[in-house]
Amino acid sequence: MALVDQDMKAAIAVTRFGLGAKPGELDEARRDPQGFLKSQIRRSGADQPLGPTVSSAQRMAEFRDYQREKREVRLEKAADVRPPAPAAGAAMETAAPAKGQEARDPVKVIGRMLRQDIGSDFAARAQLAATTDAAFRERWTLFWANHFTVSATKAITGTVVGPFEEEAIRPNVFGRFDDLLGAAESHPAMLTYLDQIQSIGPDSQMAEFGRRGGARGLGARLQPAALQQRTLGLNENLAREILELHTVGVSGGYTQADVTEFARAMTGLSIGGQRDAAYGVAVFRDAAHEPGERQVMGVRYDQRGKQQASAILADLAAKPQTARFICTKIARHFVADDPPPALATRLTTAWTASRGDLSKVAEALVSAPEAWSPRAEKFKMPYEFIVSSYRAAGAEPQGFQMLAPILTSLGQKPFSAPSPKGWAEDAQSWAAPDAIVKRMQFAQNFSSTAVRDRDPKALAADALGERLSPDTAKAIARAESRPEGFALLLMSPEFQRR
Amino acid sequence: MNAFTPLSPSRTLSPSRRGLLATAAGFGLSLQLMAVPALAADGELNRRKMIVVICRGGLDGLSVAPPIGDSEYRGLRGALALNDSALPLDGTFALHPQLTAVHAMAKAGEARIVPAVATPDRARSHFEAQDVLETGAPGVYSTTSGWLNRAVETLSTHRKVDALSVGPTAPLILRGKVQTASWSPGRSVDAEARLPMLLQDLYRNDALLGPALARGLATETMAKDATAGLEAAPAATMMTNGKGGGVPPQQAAFVRAAAQQGRDAAHTLGASLAGFMREPGGPTVAAISLDGFDSHANQAGLLTTRLAYLDAVLDGVHTGLGPEWKNTVVVVATEFGRTARANGTGGTDHGTASTALLLGGALKPGGIVGDWPTLRQQALYESRDVAPTLDMRGLFKGVLAEHMGVDRAALDNSVFPSSAAARPVTGLV
Repeated sequence: MALVDQDMKAAIAVTRFGLGAKPGELDEARRDPQGFLKSQIRRSGADQPLGPTVSSAQRMAEFRDYQREKREVRLEKAADVRPPAPAAGAAMETAAPAKGQEARDPVKVIGRMLRQDIGSDFAARAQLAATTDAAFRERWTLFWANHFTVSATKAITGTVVGPFEEEAIRPNVFGRFDDLLGAAESHPAMLTYLDQIQSIGPDSQMAEFGRRGGARGLGARLQPAALQQRTLGLNENLAREILELHTVGVSGGYTQADVTEFARAMTGLSIGGQRDAAYGVAVFRDAAHEPGERQVMGVRYDQRGKQQASAILADLAAKPQTARFICTKIARHFVADDPPPALATRLTTAWTASRGDLSKVAEALVSAPEAWSPRAEKFKMPYEFIVSSYRAAGAEPQGFQMLAPILTSLGQKPFSAPSPKGWAEDAQSWAAPDAIVKRMQFAQNFSSTAVRDRDPKALAADALGERLSPDTAKAIARAESRPEGFALLLMSPEFQRR
Repeated sequence: MNAFTPLSPSRTLSPSRRGLLATAAGFGLSLQLMAVPALAADGELNRRKMIVVICRGGLDGLSVAPPIGDSEYRGLRGALALNDSALPLDGTFALHPQLTAVHAMAKAGEARIVPAVATPDRARSHFEAQDVLETGAPGVYSTTSGWLNRAVETLSTHRKVDALSVGPTAPLILRGKVQTASWSPGRSVDAEARLPMLLQDLYRNDALLGPALARGLATETMAKDATAGLEAAPAATMMTNGKGGGVPPQQAAFVRAAAQQGRDAAHTLGASLAGFMREPGGPTVAAISLDGFDSHANQAGLLTTRLAYLDAVLDGVHTGLGPEWKNTVVVVATEFGRTARANGTGGTDHGTASTALLLGGALKPGGIVGDWPTLRQQALYESRDVAPTLDMRGLFKGVLAEHMGVDRAALDNSVFPSSAAARPVTGLV
């Protein structure tokens, strides 16, 4: 009996805490399932799929250059069209522009650029997930990347979702929460995604200057024409989402006035202007900062400049509401859509005792008996389903094109969470009839190439171990072909859950 | 379909084959047969159709239907004001320049605006407000099922009512006790193939996956007819007037090209939804959600694209429904409106009341629905937002009562819990 229990624990360790078993992984976990997971927790943070060659500042500068290029092409085009064509040049013009237009079509160019950059970032991340020996570490990281969502739904942030994860999230996932919070909120990708870069204190020097008509000298990323039409001022998007989604949560006890005050405190936090060398790098502009004291959630902040927002963020990170809100969310992600309250309490206690040390929270999760119930409550979201399919086959995705169409059709378009809240966690969101049919189509196509001459019964035992049900084992044993058997494994109720 | 044709390849299947088909029939494969007697009994009510379009992100009502006749509007909105380009409706209101199809419907008496409507939620959180919009509850976290699902549940005690959501994920508004269909564009599936049959057997005790797969397969079968010939259909109103919308000139080419691609896809999406609803025994209730309306910055450009998309979906539904349009009411709603004043970044922040749209051949022609509170400073909610004059639940209840025939007690208690005070809007159909 003790042996069976250990086998079940191993299966839970690699499927619920990890990203699904690779062939052989269950054997690794069986000796000491909890130790197997705890050994993946490390101070230095998550693995880095992209490596040091890509930075978000570089990406944003490339995007800026691309936009300039686009402007020039358009001006050239306008120049081509406007004057009546001189007779001598007529023959040349008929052939050349058609080809040039094809290559320079802004829609095509932006599409290509986004595909290449975002595509290779996403593929690298999925390859890491499909092959890593430390899949709990990666799942823990994905949780935090989703908690601090930056989405490609804005063209400019699309190119920096990967670098954002690499620079702000991955190094900090086993550190202190306030460090992670600070890194995420002050990162150029987050500042851009939630519109902070343009937020200006209504009584700041910069707004004053704007009112006097000196628009030209301001943050150069704004077009002068647009500036003349606008009142410079506050944008409260980031402030609200930090409170609502990243720290105390929507029931955390803040008001509209707190949102606005926090937004005022954060003015000045931006990125370098379009013509600066610092473009794409976070900067603090004193001139855009709203002067004066702020009051947020009953606390007075009289710091100057960027110290003010830092002080508020530090206080938010330390609030008990934040611990409770995020620990409940961790329990929901790992264990059940409606998690046992005892588990959330256990995690909150570890958070509070360690003052937000995320390694300690991760250890508490692994040690919690509530997290090891044999009943698999979580329905895999599409990315988890696809990654675990590759792991079960002992394969890795060869490129973005193998991932993007299926994830998009299942509702989880790569790097494109629909809102700052990130991807939904609950089964109801992902188990729509249409989505199940599309999962089945994927399983069928994937199996036809992935299984080759291997025995699906053995692959099923490797993928699910003690979690494999007699019904599924029987269905696989009776399959008409190896691919059919493997498709049944991938679509089985227990493989769809964790 | 002959339910008793033996499945060729495998003996192992045969014991459960009959059971599977019975399950599938319960979830819609045999709808055609079931619909006929029901139609005879309930007559015209059976043809009534309702579509809810949810615009996520907080759609700016003052851009959907700009109150160009309100003396405060231009001052509050500055560069975002649409006075010159909007499509006029009456002395006060106009429609966004991209809403050309909606405008044509309004001119034909088949579209009305609801300019100051809000859910009971006042927290200005997208996610709370969407929950309240879709659950129909008086506050957040009080129920986990959607009001449209509960309305279908109520109606199902009298007649056969089927519901469909369009999109890869199931929207909360249609989640609940009644199993509903969902569909999104993609390659078709043969429900008779081996794998689907084997999986239905494997899912026979799975309360989540079993009904979902059966329903998905039934919808696939219906989709073959519903979407037949759509690729060849011409996209409706394509490029509209180039002047409006306030798009910065350097983005105009890109936006126009992208908008055109988007409009084609949107039109097809709307027409596909209509195709399902025209099928004999097809769904009579549907929900579709569009996102991307959160316009904190560059609102003019963003809404030009998104409203063109919305307009094309609605145009697709309108043309796709053909003769069934006269039996249909479409409601377009969002979780909250936005600040009356433009913010510092060419956009607007989270607000309170917004504009809903009512469309359909079943509508009674008329002016605005609900009162217009005006944009005077004293009239604004908390001095910043359009003040609500109508409870969103009253609007939904009005359509459900008059058009779909849901009874008042159910509306007040189960479909919209504890909502007796939010009286149904009358005179809509």
